[in-house]
Amino acid sequence: MYAVRSATVRFGHVLALDDVTVEVPGGSVVAVVGGDGAGKSTLLRALAGEVPLDSGTIEAPPKQRLGYLPASSGSWAALTVTQNIDFVAGIYGLAGEELTARRAELLDRASLTSAASRLAARLSGGMRRKLGFTMAIVHRPDLLILDEPSTGIDPVSRIDLWRLASEAAASGAAVLMSTTYLDEAERAAHLVVLDSGKVLVQGSYDQVRAGFTGVVTQTGEPVRAEWAWRRGRVQHEYWPGGGPPPEATVVPPDLEDIVIALSLARRNAVPS
Amino acid sequence: MKFEQGACGLLPIGVVIIVNSERMRSLFAAKEAEFHRLLTCLPAASIVLGMRAMIVKEFRELVRDRRTLGLLIMMPLLLLVIFGYAANFYVSSLKTAVVGPQASQVAAQLPSLFNVTVTQSSGTKADAEKLLQDNKVDVAFVAGQTPVLALVNGSNLFAAQSAVAALNKAGNKVKTQVLYNPDLKTSWVMVPAIIGLILTFIGTIITSIGMVREREAGTLEQLAVMPIKPSQVILGKIAPYFLVASVDMVIVTVLGILLFGVPFNGNPFAFALGAAIFLFVTLGLGVFISTISQTAGQAIQTAFFFLLPQILLSGMIFPLEAMAAGVRWIGYLLPLTYFTMISQGIMLRGAPITSLWLPFGVLTVMAVVVFTGATLRFRRDLAPGTPASPAGKQPAAAQTVSTA
Repeated sequence: MYAVRSATVRFGHVLALDDVTVEVPGGSVVAVVGGDGAGKSTLLRALAGEVPLDSGTIEAPPKQRLGYLPASSGSWAALTVTQNIDFVAGIYGLAGEELTARRAELLDRASLTSAASRLAARLSGGMRRKLGFTMAIVHRPDLLILDEPSTGIDPVSRIDLWRLASEAAASGAAVLMSTTYLDEAERAAHLVVLDSGKVLVQGSYDQVRAGFTGVVTQTGEPVRAEWAWRRGRVQHEYWPGGGPPPEATVVPPDLEDIVIALSLARRNAVPS
Repeated sequence: MKFEQGACGLLPIGVVIIVNSERMRSLFAAKEAEFHRLLTCLPAASIVLGMRAMIVKEFRELVRDRRTLGLLIMMPLLLLVIFGYAANFYVSSLKTAVVGPQASQVAAQLPSLFNVTVTQSSGTKADAEKLLQDNKVDVAFVAGQTPVLALVNGSNLFAAQSAVAALNKAGNKVKTQVLYNPDLKTSWVMVPAIIGLILTFIGTIITSIGMVREREAGTLEQLAVMPIKPSQVILGKIAPYFLVASVDMVIVTVLGILLFGVPFNGNPFAFALGAAIFLFVTLGLGVFISTISQTAGQAIQTAFFFLLPQILLSGMIFPLEAMAAGVRWIGYLLPLTYFTMISQGIMLRGAPITSLWLPFGVLTVMAVVVFTGATLRFRRDLAPGTPASPAGKQPAAAQTVSTA
């Protein structure tokens, strides 16, 4: 079990993390969701030891047992796919036949075998993220931290990346990943919803849904614009204390509704 | 033609009005829409409006880019000062030694150009040559013979030229002999200095770009979480540049000898040692520049700040002795100044390492200081929680626990 406990991080006057506690058990995927500037990357980088805490504690493995995919490309553009993997493997002390076998296995699992001799700069966005992922797990880490691994890539590559993350968890690694895709986050064993550096809610998807209070309605014309958001062709509106108009159509909230509703509740300073 | 001339005359007035549109608006108390309608009625006003937006945006960007702004303001001042005070090829004072019997009498008769710093009645021609080889003097007179023998240090080209010109006026009373560069060839003194310039270029510009590329690509962040020490990262990054620079140095030295006939009179190992120490200084500067630059463009700009003074004030082009004292002291703070002393001393004068202890010592101190400072700054980027980091806030309550 790895964890960030009661972590507070300030960048100047900005409170990036406010008393955040997140546990990442081995063999499971914990997804951190939240909007831009919610504190997702800061939380991940704090666990990776990249951001010093103002207060709180970090429980993380030593660097030799940690895998990290940053939000940037995560690979060296002027090296080929094979050279990238070999470089990182070399730092973790892998060499010889062990490296050859591990490289072949990872290239196969990430569907990168045919691109093995291609420069990282010439890979598609999805392939580059998959390469970054293989580099992060080349040494079979105990804790795998993935900062928005699937942002900006096509749906097929997203499925591949999720499969790779699930496989890493299945092999016993604790996986902490941030994502802006809520459908992706629903698949995680544990969800952490961040907003402005604070944990709005966390737990399994079922726990988060069960703990959600208030009512979400579907409408063409919201009664209170500050509590409404667009979902496709219609709008959804949140009623924190219940009590929507009798004619309103109540809908079961999905994760996207829950995250937006909780964020609005926080911003509109009404207890949810 | 008259219409075009009129339009050209009105255009600057239009630009002034539009650029000062805020003031014009309040002046005429016109409403926003009316003001813009008025402007769009003017011929080509939309073009000028677009240009105005571009000019304003460019100024805003420029003001935020302090480095470029600094370059724009400082560079003309720097060039003015340097060229005003340093750009002088004429050496008006020559460090002079007079040795041999009647040394005092000969010294007394010398014109003021010859600033006698050493007088040895018991000295011989060999002593005079040693003083020149150690670069303690520009000219050494050997008295006690007719005509008096004047030995000139040809490795200090401009001083030697001034000396030869003055000595020629003395006619057959003085026999002049130029040592180390008998034909006073510019290439002979330039090639040893250019070797240093090439090492500076590779060490400072190329290294800083290579380091900054990691930051730009975001891979520095990845290196930071890997089990590799900052010192290993730095040494691993600079080792290839060190090797490339060394190969370049050998090629330039050999080509200088083959193409320009530059002599190599000294010990190659001493030369290699001096070059290696100097290279550590320039590589340290490269690492330092990378820690204060976010992009390759910024790194090049900053490296240019370090490079230009070294070219102009190291004595490579303009003789240090001919510079105003204030500017000369800037030269004494620059590493290329000392490498030029070493390279010219070893290649041209065959100076032993013992006579070059000062430039060797200064370069060694510079290498230690610059490299340590650069490493500490780089370490801060790679290991934010370490004591070297000013951002390394780790109060008592904050702990990191490594779990097996």
